[in-house]
Amino acid sequence: MKIHQLTYIAYCLKMDIFFYITAFVTLFSTIMVITRHNPVHALLYLVISLLSLSVIFFLLGAPFVALLEIIIYAGAIMVLFIFVIMLLNLGKETAAQEKAWLKPKIWIGPVILSTILLAELVYLITMAQPPSYTLQTVDSKAVAISLFGPYLIGVELAAMLLMAGVVGTAHIGQQKKTVLHRFLKEEEPS
Amino acid sequence: MNEVLRYILMVVIALFALTTVAAWLIWLERRMLALWQDRYGPNRAGPFGLFIVAADTIKLFFKEDWIPPFADKKIFVVAPAIVAATVLMSFVIIPFAPGILIADLNVGLLFFLAMSSLGVYSIVLGGWASNNKYSLLGALRGASQMISYEVFMGLSLMGVVMLSGSFRLTDIVLAQEKYWFIVTQPVAFVVFMIAGIAETHRLPFDIPEAESELVAGFHSEYSGMKFGMFFIGEYLGITLISAMIATLFLGGWLGPAFLPPLVWFILKTFVFILLFILLRASLPRPRYDQLMEYGWKILLPVALLNLLVTGGIVLMMDK
Repeated sequence: MKIHQLTYIAYCLKMDIFFYITAFVTLFSTIMVITRHNPVHALLYLVISLLSLSVIFFLLGAPFVALLEIIIYAGAIMVLFIFVIMLLNLGKETAAQEKAWLKPKIWIGPVILSTILLAELVYLITMAQPPSYTLQTVDSKAVAISLFGPYLIGVELAAMLLMAGVVGTAHIGQQKKTVLHRFLKEEEPS
Repeated sequence: MNEVLRYILMVVIALFALTTVAAWLIWLERRMLALWQDRYGPNRAGPFGLFIVAADTIKLFFKEDWIPPFADKKIFVVAPAIVAATVLMSFVIIPFAPGILIADLNVGLLFFLAMSSLGVYSIVLGGWASNNKYSLLGALRGASQMISYEVFMGLSLMGVVMLSGSFRLTDIVLAQEKYWFIVTQPVAFVVFMIAGIAETHRLPFDIPEAESELVAGFHSEYSGMKFGMFFIGEYLGITLISAMIATLFLGGWLGPAFLPPLVWFILKTFVFILLFILLRASLPRPRYDQLMEYGWKILLPVALLNLLVTGGIVLMMDK
């Protein structure tokens, strides 16, 4: 029994160490996202931040959500972001502009405000009882049951939102066919 | 400790075997292409020209590894590593035979999809960092192609998940003991196959690197071992998709008992690798807009319909 308990504690300790390493990576990469001048570099740090977030989900016993985080955020949304930035063809001028915007003076306000928040957060964490977390793995079935059970309305609302997005994109993407002739340009009635 | 050692050994063996297979695939492809085009192909170095791979590798190592001065250096260096790393990571979840697998994740199939979606970065970043219009065009095409075909890939696999009731690949293989999923999910098989070719951007879907219009697409500026990384990554991708098809639709290691399970798995995988090479030898390349239209207007509805029908049948069988 005693040996069992000891190994359990060792296990928790190991998990804690993993958590702190991942949390450090997340925070560091997020700070790098804000401070980079080159937008593509910033986005890459954001991808790393998302990947480390997914590792944290994994450590908390939610592998399904962890992988969805990678597939959806890192694999689809961030690629589209980079896609758009590639099309904008931002060069050295943009980096210089960013550098001009990110003057030390600008940092003062946000730093003061977030220090207040940080102080509050530290106070609240130290005051609260440490949660006795029992680590249990949430598998995909449990996620599906709660999604299509109690949270069905959320799923339906998200579907409607996506539908609105699709309709909007179809509307914007619609364009009249123009036939370019050597001498005259005529528009086809469409 | 013994267990840990066993895992490390397995990982090392798998890595060694996979990179070797990917290297020999270059020889295999050249020989098979030659065969189908009625010529010999590389047949001088060693028996059947097998040592051409060694010669090629040595040549790649000694080539000048040039980074263009106009490129974004850091990203230019990182990009080729991403493709090899993500594809090799995907092999972690493939059950080669009972007991011979590295990680039996209960979300294995999603892990494969996640890794293949991260593989896009290699093309996008490689093309962008090269700072060259042909590379950029190739990268744009590659990104939109891979993002679109990922959707159909994921959707086609959900039918398999429904039938086997698990994302774990071992369970999926064991669920095929009665009949393979290629029998019950033929539509999903075809969609997955097409999406797999598009994911590995092989001919006929090698539009990101269409050499007749884009020089070499996203890897125009790459040379030496960095180009070799893209090259090996492509062959690793072929092996991965073939292994996934064998696992998901052809019963993985299952087969009559006169051959060991591992041999069955390797045989099935190689059949699909050869099919990939035959496709390269026989099909022309579509235009870029044709590819996207084909995906969104045909494959997506077909995959969704397959999902609907499969769901309905599963529900009916339950009652």
